Amino acid sequence: MITSAPRSAVLHDIASRVADPEIPVLSIADLGILRKVTEDEHGTVVVTITPTYSGCPALDAISQDLVTEFSREGYEQVRVETVLSPAWTTDWMTEEGRAKLEEYGIAPPTGTGHRGPVTVGMSVKCPLCHSLRTRELARFGSTSCKALYACRDCLEPFDYFKVLA
Amino acid sequence: MEGSGDATASATRITPGNALRPEDIAQQGDVPGDENVAAYALRLGDDALILAQRLSHWISRAPELEEDVALGNIALDQLGHARSFLTYAGRFDGRTEDDLAYFREEEEFRCLHLVEQPNGDFAVTIVRQLLLAVYQHLLYSRLVDSQDATLSAIAAKAIKEVDYHLEHARLWTLRLGRGTEESARRMRRALERLWPYTEEPFGDEPLHDELDSIAVRPSSLRGEWEARVQEILAEAGLEAPQVAAAWCAGRSGEHSEHLGFLLAEMQSLARKHPGATW
Repeated sequence: MITSAPRSAVLHDIASRVADPEIPVLSIADLGILRKVTEDEHGTVVVTITPTYSGCPALDAISQDLVTEFSREGYEQVRVETVLSPAWTTDWMTEEGRAKLEEYGIAPPTGTGHRGPVTVGMSVKCPLCHSLRTRELARFGSTSCKALYACRDCLEPFDYFKVLA
Repeated sequence: MEGSGDATASATRITPGNALRPEDIAQQGDVPGDENVAAYALRLGDDALILAQRLSHWISRAPELEEDVALGNIALDQLGHARSFLTYAGRFDGRTEDDLAYFREEEEFRCLHLVEQPNGDFAVTIVRQLLLAVYQHLLYSRLVDSQDATLSAIAAKAIKEVDYHLEHARLWTLRLGRGTEESARRMRRALERLWPYTEEPFGDEPLHDELDSIAVRPSSLRGEWEARVQEILAEAGLEAPQVAAAWCAGRSGEHSEHLGFLLAEMQSLARKHPGATW
């Protein structure tokens, strides 16, 4: 006898298919911004997500994509809720997500650096040639969550997903 | 920014969906406990909104492309904070973030004079950023402990971003302060120009007496703010100027001459085309 997966897992899987619009290789589950998926007493699917950055415009697209993805599966009643707490940090990103990021050409966040009177920058590995000899070109990059780096060995510029601790 | 679920309900629906919509806050049961909480959220929201608007003006005008992007990102973060605070504030009397941003008159804004100050040259913008980033950093670090769960959540999110803003302002302060004779001269001039506005952020108001354990008492931030700013200035070979404080009453709606012009630009589209969508 085949038992079907619990409904909550099915719903979670559907939500997990939605990708980050700026980094399409990452699903919102990989990114760690998908907090939970439930059903309320009226059968409405309630998806809870959290923004990476307060002003992140990608959240709008993600909300729309969630509604689309669920309606494709026959769920017409979908509500997307946003929570701020607990605040997202790069620690919410999954290991799989980090690996996908690097493969895509974006250096993943380098873990939580030392937070004291002096901010210690950890080496950022070039996602192309894996050299640790890289330098920051700009702390703010193409989106709120990224900084711009360049590799001193292969000379390629690349995006670095900033640590938000 | 959006109204109550209907895509066309808002005056200016900048993007669909949105980070923190009025309905999200409603679903979380977030309504300011009383008018003082709403008034407090409005103050913080207005500071962030006006600063965001000011910083956005640098886009395509910054000294280098990377800086253009940096100031644009900082503006976006500030706008995000403004949206959260204003949405929350508006919940008290049924107004949306759009209503508050686009359809209030100048005297209804509660921002500090410091955020209204024109961008000036790059040094003025950096000094303004430094003074405000240290202030917001201290403020949000403390607001995280607020008994008000919404204010605490907004602050917890914001502090992580302001961390970067502070580092950005600090690094530029060092670079310009210890740079050329000209860059140091401009930094000194910028400090003289903006320092008079640094009394206002620390002025207590009667509403703070009513918000014990909810709001951060402004005067309690003064000492640490001054110490941190002085420390960074010293590191940059600069010092706080000896100048008299300017008269400021932004918190009661009396603003500098600059705010009106800023609002005229910011609000004109929404007011000219009510109900327009993006």
